[in-house]
Amino acid sequence: MELYRLTAHEAHDKLVKKEISSQELTEALYKRIEETEPKVKAYVTLDKEHALAQAAAVDAAIAQGKEIAPLAGVPGAIKDNISTKGLRTTCSSKMLANMVPIYDAHVIKKLREAETIFLGKTNMDEFAMGSTTETSFFGPTHNPWNLELIPGGSSGGSAAAIAAGEALWALGSDTGGSIRQPASFNGCVGIKPTYGRVSRYGCVAFASSLDQIGPITRDVTDAALVLNCISGKDAMDATSLDVPVPDFTKALVADVKGLRIGLPAEFYGEGTARVVKDELDKAVEIYKKLGAEIVPISLPHTKYAVITYYIIAPAEASANLARFDGVRYGYRSQQATSAPEMTTQSRTEGFGLEVRRRIMLGTYVLSSGYYDAYYKKAMQVRTLICQDYAEAFKKCDVLLTPTSPVPAYKIDSQMDPLSIYMLDVTTIPVNMAGLPGISLPCGFADGLPIGMQLIGRALDEATVLRAAYTFEQATEFHKVYAKLGGKD
Amino acid sequence: MTATAANNLKVSQDDVEHIAQLSRLTVPASEREKFTEQFNQILNYADILEHIDTTGIQPTAHVLPVSNVFREDIVKPGSTLEEVLANAPAVHNDGFKVPRVIE
Repeated sequence: MELYRLTAHEAHDKLVKKEISSQELTEALYKRIEETEPKVKAYVTLDKEHALAQAAAVDAAIAQGKEIAPLAGVPGAIKDNISTKGLRTTCSSKMLANMVPIYDAHVIKKLREAETIFLGKTNMDEFAMGSTTETSFFGPTHNPWNLELIPGGSSGGSAAAIAAGEALWALGSDTGGSIRQPASFNGCVGIKPTYGRVSRYGCVAFASSLDQIGPITRDVTDAALVLNCISGKDAMDATSLDVPVPDFTKALVADVKGLRIGLPAEFYGEGTARVVKDELDKAVEIYKKLGAEIVPISLPHTKYAVITYYIIAPAEASANLARFDGVRYGYRSQQATSAPEMTTQSRTEGFGLEVRRRIMLGTYVLSSGYYDAYYKKAMQVRTLICQDYAEAFKKCDVLLTPTSPVPAYKIDSQMDPLSIYMLDVTTIPVNMAGLPGISLPCGFADGLPIGMQLIGRALDEATVLRAAYTFEQATEFHKVYAKLGGKD
Repeated sequence: MTATAANNLKVSQDDVEHIAQLSRLTVPASEREKFTEQFNQILNYADILEHIDTTGIQPTAHVLPVSNVFREDIVKPGSTLEEVLANAPAVHNDGFKVPRVIE
């Protein structure tokens, strides 16, 4: 097998057994990137020199007989909204096109301590606002399963990199589905952890009450390994939770006997494509055979989740993105003659259309006279959505839903913004309620991967991982590779 | 920024211009009509929230039962001047240089 097809845990085993070196592995990944990037465009920035130096250091440690961490010497990719000291971090925006951070995100610090390797920074929707990776200032990423299609988003570059064999593991961020939906469109595994499980320090803020960083990987085991590495309390993020972090690999047990899996009717309605429902039906049958108990569930406020999100997230974004004023960092327009004009011009020229739309939407729903009707109302409905999930988890242990109501669709589909927003209906409620969710492949339709989502109780990533791992062990979907428009 | 029910137009092009000002943005003239139409489309869809009775429902403050986080008030090293100015578009005398603020 080609080295770039390895899972992270397989690569670790080969490193420890000295069958391969980290330098060999890293070189193989860059060779693959060189070959496939013209088609896929998953990366914004590569960091080959540092990556190879880090690989050499890990090889030296192995040669000295030192024990290495599970991700040590294993090359991965980082979404470009996660701050990497000394390495350009753009959020795929003109605003930050030349931004070189002066500090590491907490997750990056943890991964550096684990001696892992960063191949580069991956493309995304500008400031993570989008579900297609088309709003990137640097142009769209292409889906390795069909290059004419979107990879999903906003972590489209990270998911496409995994599917194309351009990284062995990746980090994404998920505010309304931005890890899970691209994972599903690319046949990957993606986890949005419980809100607060992972520190947001150094993840460029979009909607602070919803954002979480998480892994996108080839299989469930790798997702558990990355989650192990990045989880935990951080003094720099007051919302990170001061609770024990279990060893998530302990949850990788192929057993769902007696596990109560809830099927929320609202996720299987008219808006969900037939091909998606068919694959989910088969997944339910597999779980039944494996001994799980299937429980019908209702989450009655699901239909309000999309608009509630598109009030709350832009409201928070309008405040978070106020920092981009052209003064201290980021893009500055050269057209202005006064300071206030400079700020307005810099923001207008530096932000793309979708980012400007959301800032303005957020400004409007928070403005005097409209606050109660929009923002306050949305925050009350958010409480009702949380209550729906609390009720559901009295009757079941995990929920099983489609990750996206549709498979990947065409780049430049000309859909209006609201129609694209509506497709987030399956992932948004999980962020609204702060719960852990995973997407993993559960079938194919017309050669495109279909993803299923498992949602768990707050801080119960372990049960979600166990249910996902059990399914993965019983199926072969994660062993099928994207062909990048060719035969590969 | 007067809300009007006429033609389901919640905000006019002038309103959009005002919201842009509040956001320290401008909407280029070429985008204004379509932008306003799509803005209204989203706001009109928000009307479905009116159907939900939220009497007595507390707005979500935090999704998990967490309270304030405190730490000892101890001075720790921060960023250096050089680091802080590293990404500045323009620098003058160890400060951020900006166009004239007061005429």
